[in-house]
Amino acid sequence: MRIDFDFMAVLSQWPLLATGVLWTLALTAVATVAGMAVGIACAWARASGPGWLRWPAGAYVELVRNTPFIVQLFFIFFGLPAAGVKLSPELASFIAMVLNLGAYATEIVRAGIQATPRGQIEAAVSLALSRVQVFTRVVLPPALQRVWPAMVSQIVIVMLGSAVCSQISVQELSYAANLIQSRNFRAFESFIVATAVYLLLSIAVRRLLHWAGPRFLFGR
Amino acid sequence: MVDFSLWDIVRNLLLAARWTVALSLIAFVGGGLVGALLLVARLSGGRFADRAVGLYVQLFQGTPLLMQLFLSYFGLALIGLDVSAWTSAAVALTLYTSAFLAEIWRGCVAAVPRGQWEASGSLALSFGEQLRHVILPQAARLATAPTVGFLVQVIKGTALASVIGFVELTKAGGMIANTTFQPFTVFACVALLYFVLCFPVSLAAQRLERKFHGRR
Repeated sequence: MRIDFDFMAVLSQWPLLATGVLWTLALTAVATVAGMAVGIACAWARASGPGWLRWPAGAYVELVRNTPFIVQLFFIFFGLPAAGVKLSPELASFIAMVLNLGAYATEIVRAGIQATPRGQIEAAVSLALSRVQVFTRVVLPPALQRVWPAMVSQIVIVMLGSAVCSQISVQELSYAANLIQSRNFRAFESFIVATAVYLLLSIAVRRLLHWAGPRFLFGR
Repeated sequence: MVDFSLWDIVRNLLLAARWTVALSLIAFVGGGLVGALLLVARLSGGRFADRAVGLYVQLFQGTPLLMQLFLSYFGLALIGLDVSAWTSAAVALTLYTSAFLAEIWRGCVAAVPRGQWEASGSLALSFGEQLRHVILPQAARLATAPTVGFLVQVIKGTALASVIGFVELTKAGGMIANTTFQPFTVFACVALLYFVLCFPVSLAAQRLERKFHGRR
């Protein structure tokens, strides 16, 4: 038996792949920014928020972390219209990814917050900083710095998870691979190429975030 | 038209959940065995084995599980094997699990102080004896909690097997949603069933974490 590979048949469709990469990166960028915002808010709620906020934040985190992303996506895209909320595939994917990253980011940020020495907070309070100031100036930046490697890993995991969004026909990278293989029947080659591109993307995104975090998010 | 009661939906989902559990167990046991082999290769082999396993791990951790499933589905067909969705899902998930477990366990072995290796080496223990009697018992303590925690990822990962046509909980949910026209109820039930499967495992992992690492 001989196996013939024809990668040119796949690579010649590069505009589709390029669109796919752009969509994958767009999904990841939105998920990163909004997801971290959700994560920081929920981490604050769980660590030092009022009592009535702690329980719902905890329930959200556990619900998301103990169900598969694909089910969350299907619930939002197929399930919510039955309840009267109609969403485009792209919007549904954005929401699902933000909620997903938000839950994991909550736990990651919370771990960083809890490692803050008590004395730092006491010192900040004795300087007459308000509660908000203490959180945004004293507690949060070093907490983010402590947990940044874990956060970067999680963002990459969420980016790889976005491959599932092709299932509701968002035109990201794995959708492109599927479309190409349905045109030229080169299934194995299409998915090899897409997988290689994902690998490059995950390395690049990891590098970028490790570089950008200390420059723009914490420290100076 | 036949009407589906909530019980009909849940009963059919429960029947499909058996396959989620079966696939998870296969992936976990198979992945554990392959992962252990990779770990030993990495520890005992020279530079080359270390590099090769490192590459293997990065390959599986840096690409989407969905692509791995597709590649296994179409790749096994290319080399002339029978490709039921069941086989290719089992193969892909086993390899995926092995890469993650090998990496988790490597971290745990690395956390055992260097002096333990040196001391046991100076007692004239062979590499195998060092590993079996000195290093692994200590590393296993560290490894229990993250290993159990990773089982949750495996269970959730099996949901992707639905995409290559394996009828487990998620796929069954999609099919039932299409027949009953009640996607909201059905997918809520699917999510709930996954939660029921995963949450106890998460709790167990947290328990073990606390038990082995003191208060926190």
